[in-house]
Amino acid sequence: MTQNSSVPALKVRGLAKQFDRPAVDGLDLEVRAGEFYTLLGPNGAGKTTTLRMVTGLLRPDRGSIKVFGIDVSADPIAAKQVMAWLSDEPMIYDRLTPLEYLYFVAGLWGVDSNAAEIRARDLIAWLGLMPYAQERCEGLSKGTRQKVALAGALVHEPRLIILDEPFTGLDAASARLVKNVLRERVAEGCSVIMTTHILEVAERMADRIGVMADGRLVAEGTLEELQRQAGAGDASLEDTFLALVSTDTARGSIAA
Amino acid sequence: MIRAGTLTWFAQHETRLLWRDWAWLLSGGRRRRGVTVVVGLLVFVAFMHVFAYLTLARAPIAFPPDKALLVTLGGTLLLYWSLMLSQALEAVTRAFYARGDLDLILSSSASAERLFAVRIGAMALSIAGMSLALAAPAINILAWLHGARWLAAYGVVLALAMVAVAISLMLTIALFRTIGPKRTRLVAQIVAAVVGASFVIGVQIVAILTVGTMSRIVLFQSERIIRHAPNPDSLWWLPIDAVMGNGAALAVVLALGAIVFAGAIRFCAPRFGEFALAAGNVAVSRRSASRRALKFRPRSPGQALRGKEWVLLLRDPWLMSQSLMQLLYLLPPFFLLSRSFYGQGHSAALVVPVLIMAAGQLAGGLAWLAISGEDAPDLIASAPVAAHRVWLAKAEAVAAGVGVVFGPLVILFAIVDPMFAVIASIGVAMASAAAAAIQFWFRAQVKRSLFRRRHVSSRIATFAEALSSIAWASAGALATSSLCLAVVPGFMALAILTGAWMLSPKRA
Repeated sequence: MTQNSSVPALKVRGLAKQFDRPAVDGLDLEVRAGEFYTLLGPNGAGKTTTLRMVTGLLRPDRGSIKVFGIDVSADPIAAKQVMAWLSDEPMIYDRLTPLEYLYFVAGLWGVDSNAAEIRARDLIAWLGLMPYAQERCEGLSKGTRQKVALAGALVHEPRLIILDEPFTGLDAASARLVKNVLRERVAEGCSVIMTTHILEVAERMADRIGVMADGRLVAEGTLEELQRQAGAGDASLEDTFLALVSTDTARGSIAA
Repeated sequence: MIRAGTLTWFAQHETRLLWRDWAWLLSGGRRRRGVTVVVGLLVFVAFMHVFAYLTLARAPIAFPPDKALLVTLGGTLLLYWSLMLSQALEAVTRAFYARGDLDLILSSSASAERLFAVRIGAMALSIAGMSLALAAPAINILAWLHGARWLAAYGVVLALAMVAVAISLMLTIALFRTIGPKRTRLVAQIVAAVVGASFVIGVQIVAILTVGTMSRIVLFQSERIIRHAPNPDSLWWLPIDAVMGNGAALAVVLALGAIVFAGAIRFCAPRFGEFALAAGNVAVSRRSASRRALKFRPRSPGQALRGKEWVLLLRDPWLMSQSLMQLLYLLPPFFLLSRSFYGQGHSAALVVPVLIMAAGQLAGGLAWLAISGEDAPDLIASAPVAAHRVWLAKAEAVAAGVGVVFGPLVILFAIVDPMFAVIASIGVAMASAAAAAIQFWFRAQVKRSLFRRRHVSSRIATFAEALSSIAWASAGALATSSLCLAVVPGFMALAILTGAWMLSPKRA
C-alpha cells in the first residue's frame, strides 16, 4: 500500500446537512493518512450523517469532502474506489454464502478475479469464517455476519475504511479479532475512521479522537489533548467526553 | 372483560391482527388513505356487480337445474375450490415458516394449542373472505335475478374454505413427516402453484385439444362432458344443490365441512408448535450453496451485479410459487401453439397477447426484486460504480430472466409463424421494458421478503404496470391482423407510461 502521506486521507470543510433540523452544521474535519481516528458523540450528534456523506450515501447541502485529495462531489467513483464503508447493520445478502459475497464485492470494486479469490480466501481464514464459507448468510449469527461484512470492506484493499459502530453485537472474542484486523490495516498504512459508543475502544485504539455534538466538532485531539480541553486533568475518557459534551450543550442552551 | 389465555381472548387477538393485516394490505400502512381506499373499494364492488350482471343476465338458468347447468356450476365451483386450496396451502406454509410471534407464543405459559386452533380458524375465514370477494358479486346478482335461495352459496364457499384449509394442514404435516421441514417449504409452494393453476390450465388444455379455443365455459358446455356427467339426482351434485338453495343439502355440506375442519384442528393444533419449531430451526440452520458458489466469479461490476441478481432470484424461496404460477399459465398457449404447429388449428394469433401479458407481469416482478428488493442498498451506493451502470446491470438481469422464459416459446413460434413471432418478441420486449421502467420510477427500498405485497408500496405503479401490459398485449393482438390497428393501443401504452413517469415520486 503506497500513498502520499502529506495528502490527508479525509478533508472536510464547512459540511452541512439539514433534515427537519440541522444534522451536520458547518463541520471541519481532517484525518491524516495512516491514522486511526474515532468520532465520538451523543445520539443525534451527526456522526453517522457525516460518514454517510463522506461515503457518498448522502448528498451534502453544502461544504466539500476530499478523500486523498479526490473531491467526492466532483469524482465520486474515484473517491469510492479507495474507500470502504461498514455500518452497524451488516449489508449482506442472506442467500449468498460469505465467499460469494466477497466475490461479489470484489467484482463491484473491479478487483481482478484471481486476486479476488486469493484475498477472499485469506480474509475468510483470517477472520475465522472458514467453517461458514460455503453456507448461506441467512443462518449466520449477528457477529459472524458482521465479520463477513468486515471481510467485504477489506477485500478490495481500501485506503480509507469508514466504520459506523462496528462492535455492535460482537462478542468479546470477535470484537478483539476486529480490533486486531483494524490495527494491522493501520500498521500497513491504511486510514480508519470509526464511530463508537464504546469509549474504552476509542481510548485504546484511536490515534486521535473527535467529539461531535449538535452537528459540530466540539473537541479533537489525543486523549491528553482532550483532557486538557475539557479541563479534566487525568480523568478517564468517559469523564472527559461527558465534560466536553455537557459544556457544549450548555453553551448551545445559552446561545439559544 | 375476557379472561386472558382463553379461546375467546386468542380469537380477539387474532381478529385484531387479521383486521390490521387487511387494513395495511389495502392502505399500504398510510392512515390518511382510509377514505380513498373505501371509495376505491366501493367503486370496485359496484364495477364487479355490473360485470356480474352483464355476464349472468342472459345465462340460461332454470330451476330445477338441467345437467348442462349442473356441469357449468360444478366446474366453476371446482375452479374456485382449486384456487382456495392453493391459497390455503400457501397460508399454512407461511404460518409454519414465518417466525412472527411464534417465539413469544411458544415461550409463554399460555396454551399454544388454543392459539393455533384459533389461528387455523382465522386462516379458513381469511380464505373464505378472499374467495367471497370474487364470488359475492355473482352470488348477489344471481340472488337478485333468480331468487334469494342463491344466497346459500355463501355457506357453500365457507364450507369449501374449511375443507381447503383442513386438507392443506394435513398435506403440509404429511410433507413435514415425509420429506422434512427443510424441503417442505419449497415443495408446498410448488404444490400450491400447481394446484392453483392445474384445474384452470387442465381445462384450458383439454378445451384447446378438443374444441380448439381457450374458453373454459365452452368445455363445460360441450355435449361430450354433459353426456358423461352424473345424473341430476346423483349425490355428486350435493354442493351444487346447496349453492342453489336446497336447505338440506346446504346443511349437509356445512356439516361435512365443519367435521373435516374440526378433525384437522383436533389433529393439527397440538402438533403445530412442534412443526413450527422444526421450521424455525431450518431458518437458522446452515444451508450450503456447495458447488454453485465456485462458479460465481464476477470480472466486472456489471457482471457482479447481474450474477448476484440471478443467484438471488434462483434462491428466492417465495419467488418460486409466484413465478411458477405465471409460468404454468403459459402452458395453454404452448399447447395451442403445438396444435397450430401440427396444422390442427389456426389459433396461433391468440398466443401473442398471452405471451406479451405474461412477460409484462414476470418482468414487473423481477424488476421489483432487483430494484426495490435490494437488500444491501448502502453497499451498492458506496461502490465505485456509476448509478446508471447499476441500473443497467439490473435491467440486463431482468431482461435475461424474461429471455430465458420466453425465448424458447418465441423460437417455437417462429417455426409456426415467423411474422407472429416477430410481433410477439417486440411485444414481449416492450411490455417487459415498460414494466421494468415503472418499477424503476416507483422504486422504494423495502425488504426483499415483502415481494408478495409489492403492490402495496404503490397502487399507481401496480395499476400502471397492469394497464401497460394489457395495452401492449392488445397492440400485439391487433398487430396479428393489421399493423395499423396496433398503433392505437401502442400509443395508449406509451401514454400510460408517460402518465406513470409524470406521477412517479421525484428523485433526489
